Amino acid sequence: MSESGAAIEVEGLVREFRKGPRAVDGIDLAVSPGEIYGFLGPNGAGKSTTVLMLTTLLPPTSGRASVGGFDIVHQGSQVRASIGAALQEAALDSILTGREHLLLQATLQGVAKATRVRRSQELLERVGLTEAADRRVGGYSGGMKRRLDLALALVHGPRILFLDEPTTGLDLQSRTALWSEVSRLAHDEGMTVFLTTQYLEEADTLADRVGIIDRGKIVAEDTPARLKAEIGSPTVEVVPADPSTADAFAEQLAQFGVPSRNGRDSIGVQLPQGEAQLAEVIRALDQAGLHVASLHLHQPSLDDVFLAKTGRKLEGAAAASEPEVQPAPRGRRRRGR
Amino acid sequence: MAAEVLNAPGLLEQVAAVARRSVMRTLRQRALLVFPLLFPLILFAINGSALSAATRLPGFPPVSYRAFALAVPFMQGALFVAVTAGTDLARDIESGFFNRLALTPLRGGALLAGQLGGSIVVACVQSVVYLVVGVATGVGIASGVGGALVLLALSILISFGFAGVGTLLAVRFGTGEAVQGFFPLLFVTLFLSSSSLPRSLIKVPWFHAVATYNPVSYLIEGVRSLVITGWDARALALGFGFAIALVILSLGFAVAAMKNRLVRT
Repeated sequence: MSESGAAIEVEGLVREFRKGPRAVDGIDLAVSPGEIYGFLGPNGAGKSTTVLMLTTLLPPTSGRASVGGFDIVHQGSQVRASIGAALQEAALDSILTGREHLLLQATLQGVAKATRVRRSQELLERVGLTEAADRRVGGYSGGMKRRLDLALALVHGPRILFLDEPTTGLDLQSRTALWSEVSRLAHDEGMTVFLTTQYLEEADTLADRVGIIDRGKIVAEDTPARLKAEIGSPTVEVVPADPSTADAFAEQLAQFGVPSRNGRDSIGVQLPQGEAQLAEVIRALDQAGLHVASLHLHQPSLDDVFLAKTGRKLEGAAAASEPEVQPAPRGRRRRGR
Repeated sequence: MAAEVLNAPGLLEQVAAVARRSVMRTLRQRALLVFPLLFPLILFAINGSALSAATRLPGFPPVSYRAFALAVPFMQGALFVAVTAGTDLARDIESGFFNRLALTPLRGGALLAGQLGGSIVVACVQSVVYLVVGVATGVGIASGVGGALVLLALSILISFGFAGVGTLLAVRFGTGEAVQGFFPLLFVTLFLSSSSLPRSLIKVPWFHAVATYNPVSYLIEGVRSLVITGWDARALALGFGFAIALVILSLGFAVAAMKNRLVRT
């Protein structure tokens, strides 16, 4: 661990690309041992570039970071020995079986020969791939590949785990299973988890703390509950039964706050005194003779936090962000996500 | 559930682990073995019959054209090995598997050496098959059984050198398309050599000059000498010399390129 006791400590980390954007623009963060840190942001925000730097696969332009107490620039091999990583794509060899992947990884990671087979079997059981262990990975589903990816990251018993968008493209069942395993690793085994995601629900459900990154900068950082509380009160969204009465709805809702039109039919207003005001809203609309098609009370979400901090919704924010860069040979860096 | 003992694996253990994977991959993709085997044999059959009249040219060695042309499949096979080796590595780079390996203590040289394991298997199988087919179709090996073994060794060495070229392209450019894009260029070097005629009978001046300066001519002539001449020390020295130079240069440049590709702090 670092002198401060943090498992991951980052100060002013910057990554610039030649003729390209500042993909990571001076971020600071600290992750405590055993904590799940969710790094939330749209595509191209700088999440994967940060992970590549912290896992030693991409040298930073400036700033410093330590992982497991080791400097990412000067003690790369010690960092790599301390960490496990499942990077953005489940990078597997479709020709090999799941068990062969684990044995190869165990050998290359220096797991003692006598324990490789047992270790592989343990991990296969843990991620629920025992039956598929001797099948070629080319026939695995997306969820199975991700679970194998996780097992491969754990093969050498790392203290710190990096997961770069581990559930992207997975169905809900596979996603939930992975969340459960990641949560168990952190809370039962004390593993530190640095998890990037573009899913609000994932960050909200899984992370002890969330850092929201946009255009290379961390715009907010705290527990999900505190971040949402910071935004404040809930919003009520009303859809009029008769769309032509929308202006009258807006007029009534204006007594609670500044109404906003969300889409073609819906009108929303933030309730400064919370849910308690919902009854007042209904009463006001009823007294004005306005008929409601539907009404939703919307609690603040991390998307609202993102909106408040950046002025944009998280969904669709990617289009406005710069592309991230994958590691490639010096002088010929390849663009793309 | 921490792993009990972690010791950085030795270089040989690393090479063996990557080579085992490379060989398994190759053996499980039969197309990688079958097509590189068939294509040179088909060309051998066609050329052996269609160009047989060349043997009537004054100065042509006193052997059948099949015997003269038997060296060519070994070279064509080596070129296929280059593409296979390069494409395999490029696929690892594109898929991110390479990054997975980069996160282990694996050394760049060990990765390259192991990656070539599958290529060696293909080269061995190919060389034996070409030799057996040649002998089965009536080609005698003038240097005898010992010469046949030397022929296999030279052929495998040439394949190893070209596999190095393939891996260099893969490491440098990182895409399978780039590796395959170079294949026609490699093939042209074969046609601009003494593959179809002895250099002494190539009368077009520019072609003669190109074939003379083209190292592929000496690789072919080294293999060919064992089939049609016997023990020709000069041809063998040039053949082995260029093959060894090809191995050293291609792997040397590939290792250097790997240092850039395997970006780790």
